[in-house]
Amino acid sequence: MTSTSQPPTGNLALLDSTLARAKAEHRAALITYLPAGFPTVDAGIDAITAALAAGADIIEVGLPHSDPVLDGPVIQTADTIALRGGVKIADVLRTVRAAHQASGAPILVMTYWNPVDRYGVERFAAELAAAGGAGCVLPDLPVEESAAWREQAEKHGLATVFVVAPSSTDERLASITAHGSGFVYAASLMGVTGTRAVASTAARTLVERVRATTDLPVCVGLGVSDADQAAEVAGFADGVIVGTALVRCLLDAPDQAAGVQAVRELTADLADGVRRSDTPVPQPTS
Amino acid sequence: MSSGDHVDQHGPDARGHFGPYGGRFMPEALMDALDELSAEYDKARVDPAFTGELDRLLRDYAGRPSLLTEAPRFAEHAGGARILLKREDLNHTGSHKINNVLGQALLTKRMGKKRVIAETGAGQHGVATATACALLGLECVVYMGEVDTKRQALNVARMRLLGAEVIPVKTGSRTLKDAINEALRDWVTNVDTTHYLLGTAAGPHPFPLLVRNLHRVIGVEARQQCLDLLGRLPDVVAACVGGGSNAIGIFHGFIDDPGVRLVGLEPGGAGLDSGRHGATLTAGSPGTLHGALSYLLQDEDGQTIEAHSISAGLDYPGVGPEHSWLKDTGRAEYRPVTDAEAMAAFSLLSRTEGIIPAIESSHALAGAQQLGRELGPDAVILVNLSGRGDKDVDTAAKWFGLVTEEEAE
Repeated sequence: MTSTSQPPTGNLALLDSTLARAKAEHRAALITYLPAGFPTVDAGIDAITAALAAGADIIEVGLPHSDPVLDGPVIQTADTIALRGGVKIADVLRTVRAAHQASGAPILVMTYWNPVDRYGVERFAAELAAAGGAGCVLPDLPVEESAAWREQAEKHGLATVFVVAPSSTDERLASITAHGSGFVYAASLMGVTGTRAVASTAARTLVERVRATTDLPVCVGLGVSDADQAAEVAGFADGVIVGTALVRCLLDAPDQAAGVQAVRELTADLADGVRRSDTPVPQPTS
Repeated sequence: MSSGDHVDQHGPDARGHFGPYGGRFMPEALMDALDELSAEYDKARVDPAFTGELDRLLRDYAGRPSLLTEAPRFAEHAGGARILLKREDLNHTGSHKINNVLGQALLTKRMGKKRVIAETGAGQHGVATATACALLGLECVVYMGEVDTKRQALNVARMRLLGAEVIPVKTGSRTLKDAINEALRDWVTNVDTTHYLLGTAAGPHPFPLLVRNLHRVIGVEARQQCLDLLGRLPDVVAACVGGGSNAIGIFHGFIDDPGVRLVGLEPGGAGLDSGRHGATLTAGSPGTLHGALSYLLQDEDGQTIEAHSISAGLDYPGVGPEHSWLKDTGRAEYRPVTDAEAMAAFSLLSRTEGIIPAIESSHALAGAQQLGRELGPDAVILVNLSGRGDKDVDTAAKWFGLVTEEEAE
């Protein structure tokens, strides 16, 4: 995949069409997050495959990190278990490949920047594209430092999904959305990953502010954990992102089979949720 | 004597880069707060009301200028070179950390924030932060790795006496790295009301610049004191490097003196071959941790490798980005000192000069012994004695077997 004359092989176009299809169906897309290698590589693949079968449109595969500063205790625990189990970047890529082959769905990797940088930006992008991946969500890579990644993402047909926050200025939102692709990840609140009792009202305002800068779909994450919250967010966003609640299904389960079953059931609930938004959806654009 | 916190010619660029290092690898949620801090600092550093208040506190509260003390009996064990000690151990709270803390606490008030969070390893930065918050009426929360709360229990009690809340961090290696992770999680959640008073010259821009400039007073004073005492500059300036704040502060007094060698001493732990060390600049590779690109102890997948050092204050797998740049440009050099070498120097300074140094600073003392033997009796070596060793007496008692089992009962 190193020759510049070869066409991109990543699945950015599949990500775009998946989000467009959800919009055409007057609903939000459901995006679910689970870390690779948790509780084991194979059991993690089983859980992701179950989520896809139960109605997830898009998967974020987490790349476990030794210093997950943006994650709350649940995902920290999952990352620690995965790393103690010896998970490597090669296992993350294997998870991406298996999930895509099983479902044909777009699969993203969510990762802190250092593993990509250390592994080699070009090498990571080429191998992710070859595994059928659709791109990366990069929560600690600021747009100002992202040129090296974006060059490789474009070359390999991968999405660059940036995370924006309620505190982002309009000027920064415009710069971030101008350089991103796939969709924009709007963090619903100021904080780390984890479930919250109430979805933040800041999310709706942030989605409106992002829409003023871009035609990219805007998906909302952080704190969404059940079907009612998913339905509420689906009323104003193009996608609903759920992570911690699904990771907790696996953490709390008495065994792996029960954990996978719990992921399947919660995902099915969430898939119902994104289809029953009671707010009028925006008119589809041609 | 001025605080030395002024505009100088040594960078970083507008986005916080020292050469390729530094930057701001942080979640978007914190960008606005980092911009606010940069803007407020740019105004404050040229505002006589701010610099005047900081200078007054450094003089009347912290006890600056700190002394320069010659150590002739210690020097007999350092190849006969002249050894000068910059006595940051005599500052209020017992280390250099007070310089940075007073500056950032004043900035916190300027920004209208009421709550301060901090990380601490040895507890020296936590104690200094708790002190400044008590002085200025700010709420203070200190994150400290659980391992460090045990080996530095006295400092935990000191922080609580000063009114701070100390939160033991039980994730990861349960040391300084994880205390920073937890402080960052707090900050991203409470950034509207809270200033993260980072304790070392690392992290995202503007912290490496801000913390360095607030510690530059160490080098500015020491340079003049050397000239007054000897009529010349030292040949070498030696300082310990964990995150690197005391080192960058004293180095910057001499950075434009090309004849002065700048030597940073890293924690060699049980030895580089053992894999149990914290010698980031000697044995690491460039990577991103806690918001900046810098040398880092990491594996081939970019996962952080845990550091090991007898010194809680140096037990950190990263280092401030300017040190990475000074290493690559050759302006400064870095070498490891093992736990055993540092503890020998700890004991030696205590017995020869009646000064019990911090174990952190003992790494610089051990480095000065090596350098003195290499350079001989004509050399003058300035050592940054960054802190005092009261907090380390328990560790030393165990290391040297100073207390019998009967006495310990």
